[in-house]
Order: sequence, then C-alpha cells, then structure tokens
Amino acid sequence: MSFFKLTNVRKTFGGLVAVNDLSFAIEAGSIVAMIGPNGAGKSTVFNLITGIYSPSSGAIDLEGRTLRSLSTDRVTARGIARTFQNIRLFAFMSALDNVMTGCHAQMRASLVDSLLHTPRQRAEERTVRERARELLKFVGLEGDADNYARNLSYGHQRRLEIARALATDPKLLLLDEPAAGMNPREKEGLIALIRRIRDKGVTVFLIEHDMHLVMNLSERVTVLDHGEKIAEGTPEAVRNDERVIEAYLGRADGAA
Amino acid sequence: MNPAVRRSLRFVPLLLLPLVPLVDHNNSHIDFLANAGAFILLALGLNIVVGFAGLLDLGYAAFFAIGSYSYAMLASQQFGIHVPFWVMLFAASGIAAIFGILLGAPTLRLRGDYLAIVTLGFGEIVPQTFLNLSQYTNGPNGINSLDSPSLFGHRFGFSATPYFYVMLGLIVIGVLLASNLQNSRLGRAWMAIREDELAARHMGINTTAAKLSAFALGASFSGLAGVAYAAKLDLVSPDQFQFNVSVLVLSMLVLGGMGNIPGVIVGSFALSFINSFLLPQSTNLVHSIGLTWIDFTDYRFMLYGVILVAMMLFRPEGLIPSRQRRAELREALTDPGISAQEQTEYQGAAR
Repeated sequence: MSFFKLTNVRKTFGGLVAVNDLSFAIEAGSIVAMIGPNGAGKSTVFNLITGIYSPSSGAIDLEGRTLRSLSTDRVTARGIARTFQNIRLFAFMSALDNVMTGCHAQMRASLVDSLLHTPRQRAEERTVRERARELLKFVGLEGDADNYARNLSYGHQRRLEIARALATDPKLLLLDEPAAGMNPREKEGLIALIRRIRDKGVTVFLIEHDMHLVMNLSERVTVLDHGEKIAEGTPEAVRNDERVIEAYLGRADGAA
Repeated sequence: MNPAVRRSLRFVPLLLLPLVPLVDHNNSHIDFLANAGAFILLALGLNIVVGFAGLLDLGYAAFFAIGSYSYAMLASQQFGIHVPFWVMLFAASGIAAIFGILLGAPTLRLRGDYLAIVTLGFGEIVPQTFLNLSQYTNGPNGINSLDSPSLFGHRFGFSATPYFYVMLGLIVIGVLLASNLQNSRLGRAWMAIREDELAARHMGINTTAAKLSAFALGASFSGLAGVAYAAKLDLVSPDQFQFNVSVLVLSMLVLGGMGNIPGVIVGSFALSFINSFLLPQSTNLVHSIGLTWIDFTDYRFMLYGVILVAMMLFRPEGLIPSRQRRAELREALTDPGISAQEQTEYQGAAR
C-alpha cells in the first residue's frame, strides 16, 4: 500500500480535458516534484487532491483511504495541507493569527467554549498560541508574529504560508511553486526549510518551475504536459527523457 | 499592566450608567435610553454577521420581528399563553437563532451583492408574513396588551426604568459574549472566511458550519432585543420591522466601526440619539416658539444619508474602528507598495 496514490484520475471541464488518466504514487517521507509547462494541469492536480474539484473519474487515496467526495476542510483534517501559487494568506490578520487559524482542525473548543471562554478553551488557546509561535520560529519568522501578513516581504509571505499549512499538522504537504518570486539566497533557504520539514516526518509534494530547486530536492519527479503524465522517475532520468526535453526543457526560454 | 486589565479599565465610566435613572427623573430620557439599548443589542448581533463573518445582511430586521412576535404570541391574551418574560428571553433568542439558520442556509453559496439581495428578500418576507397571517397576528393592527414582565413580584408596568436596567443587563451580557466569540476559535474562523474563504477551507474550517453559526448567533441577539422591546412597547405590529430598520442598524455599524464592539455601541447610540432624541426634541423646541410647520423628524433619512456619505468620504472605517479595518481601508488605499497578488501576476508574466 502506497502512502499516497492517484489512480487513473481524470478531470474535464466541459470539453477540456485538464487532467487525463493520471496515476502515480508517493512514498511516505519523500520529497517529490511535479513539473510541466504552464497550463499543463499541475495546479488542477492539487485542487483535485484537496477537494476543490472532484475528479471526473479515478481515485485518490491517502494511507489506503479514499479522499473522494470529501470536502476541502475534511481533506485538511485527514492530513493534507497546501500553499497556493498566488499567495492566499489572510492579509489583514497577524502572522501569528494566520498560523493559529491553521490549527483550527486540531482544536476542540465548541461553540459554548467559544462563547463563555471556559478554562478548557483558554488553556487550548494558550497551547495553540505557543505552537503557532514555534512554527513561526521554525520557518524563521519569529520576529514577525504581530505584523499583518500583507506587510511581510514576499519571501516571508511564502514562508508564512508554509507555517500556516504546517499548523494543520499535515502528513502530506503540497507546495505550489514555493520558490516563485524568491531571489537565489531565499531559494537556498527554502531548500533547507523543505528538507527540515521532511525531516519532521512530513511528506512533501511540490510543483515548481525552478529546476535548480527541483533537481536539488526531489527524489522523484513527475512531468505533466497537457494534463498527461509524460515521464516519471529520478531527476536524472527525467532530465534526459526525450519527451520531457521536447515538451518542456527543449523550449528556447525553458530553464535547465 | 496586563493588556486585558487595561482594556477593561476603559469601561469603568460605564459603571456609572446604572445610576442614570436615580439622577435623571425625566421618564422620557430613560425611555429613550431603554429604546437605544434595544438598538445597541441589534447592532451587536448584526455585527457578528456583518462585522465578524463579513456576510452582508440587509434583512436583519426579520429576526427582530421574529423575537418580538414570539413574545407577543406566547406572552399575551392572543392565545392565552403566558410564558414568563425571563423565559421568553431565552426562548426567543433560540427561536431567532433557528430562523437565522433556516434563512442563512439557502444563502451559503452566495457572497457580496448576491447575498445582500437574498437577505433583503428575507427581510421583506418576514414582516409580510406576520401581516398576512392575520388570524394569528391581527394583521396590520398587530398584537397589543402583552404581559408586563415582573421581577420578584414587582411588575414593570409602564415605567421605562425597569426596561432600562433590563437592556443594560442584556447589553453587558451581549458585549461579553460577542467579545469572547471574537477572540476564539470560531471568531478566528469567521475572520479567515471574511479574508479568504477558499484558504479558510484549506485550514480545515467547515465554512458552512461557521457561517451558519454566525447567522444563528447574530439572530439570537435580535431575539433578545425583540422580546425586551416588545414588552416595553406593549405592542407589536408589522410596520415596526420594515426595511428601514435593517438599514438603520447597518448604518449604526458603518458609523461606529464595523467589527469593533465599542465602535458598534457608539455608532448605535449616536444614531439612536439623533433619531429618537435630537430630532423630536428640536422639533418640540421650534414648535414651542410657533414654527409649527417645521418637523425635523421628516428629514431623518436625509440626515442618515448625509452622515453616511460624509463617513465614506472622511472616515470610511467608522468612528472607532478595529485596527484591522482601519488598515484595510487606509493602508490598502494609500500604500504604494504592490500587493502580493500583483507581484505574482508580474512574475507570472515575466516567466
């Protein structure tokens, strides 16, 4: 049994086939990447996994249990977190509140607890606040706890999104172009951060255009083009694959 | 000093409020304050829906109507049922909460303008229903001679003073509950939904449940207000719950500062003061010097309009805004730095 598995997943929007018959598996504790030209359907795959879209056919399983027809919040509770290609932080909430919001699914405070601030609720708030601070520290944002998310620098916003995703206590973390907009120094920091996340026992699945990062980090790479898997394997194998070069790396403006 | 303690210190002057009826023996003043109290409660409730959860509700008066009619039907000669006032406070807030869920459920997929239009529709349907169910509600005549509340054998009667204390007590409870909510798991979930609903769902927030609880809790406040207001007025009729009441309460939030409890209280008191005190009193004054053809109360809506336009121009965040809302309306408009969204788009284009 694989840790995480897509089996013959297909998604159509009207006549457009966004993802066609996609199958692959991810081993627990690994870092894997999905690459492909713009519009290849990568973000759609993330949206299918997190329940934003439901697959037209096919199965998605985490630890042998299907995620089919689960709402997004239930998928998160099952242990899948994500970041977004175009950062979607809660702009006018502090960095700390953003991360605390990520703890929502682990919290037990009921409506009555929230209304009356029972001792149980207050204890839980303290625990969660502490945990959120630790996570901010983990991603290197301990100094920004009280700043609004929107006032952080771009690279810091990316890190905050990762901290917020980690707050949901995921088994599988989906990162949608985490390095986009980062300078080379920030990218090196990000590579180290992703490794540390994996070392905590979180499996990382990332979409990325930055080949340096993909080749450095990932153990396996899946290549998508026009919604279809055209190659899969180690970074080395993928780099030398004819079809990949043709579809993606062979383009004049392609990064290599 | 502990920030919580410092926050509470600001409210010390409010401890003087219970003394007002002892100092001021003018019943019309106390009557005004008690009525203003009902509107403060309404504003606190609407603030949960609009201010905290960001769900624009233009039909909030519907829940006020449901609260008032609950009392009128269950504590009067109408059906010969006489549930005690104090029980009805709980019962009616529960009934209003249930209707909050019933009317909220169909709107869950709607947002912004669309949500506003549907809630506007509900706001019209509910008073119309009470108007047309005339065999139960006496139609346009309404229900009168409601039971007068009593406490420890002392009947409230027609004096405004006991209602003043009831309103004050309900507001204190309302403020405590609302601010507890704001600083809780649920309050954070509402804030997240208001900021970015899709991202909120990815945090494991069940947005359906969170929105429905906002509708239910918001409505429950107007259930309380409805019961107390109906008992005080000794009458309910459909024309007390027209669209202008929904607009008035929403204007109170805009004026005071949406999402911020002290602001909401100030805003609702200020508009109540203009509406029920300043305009009638100044009309009386000019009548007393012979200018009987002037009636300032006729200009009430023009005045609201002027106030709202002036607020939008000079202080869109309200008189006493939350830090958050001020940032949203000030920094977002003036900050020359490009937003994260724009940055992503720029990078997308450059790639």
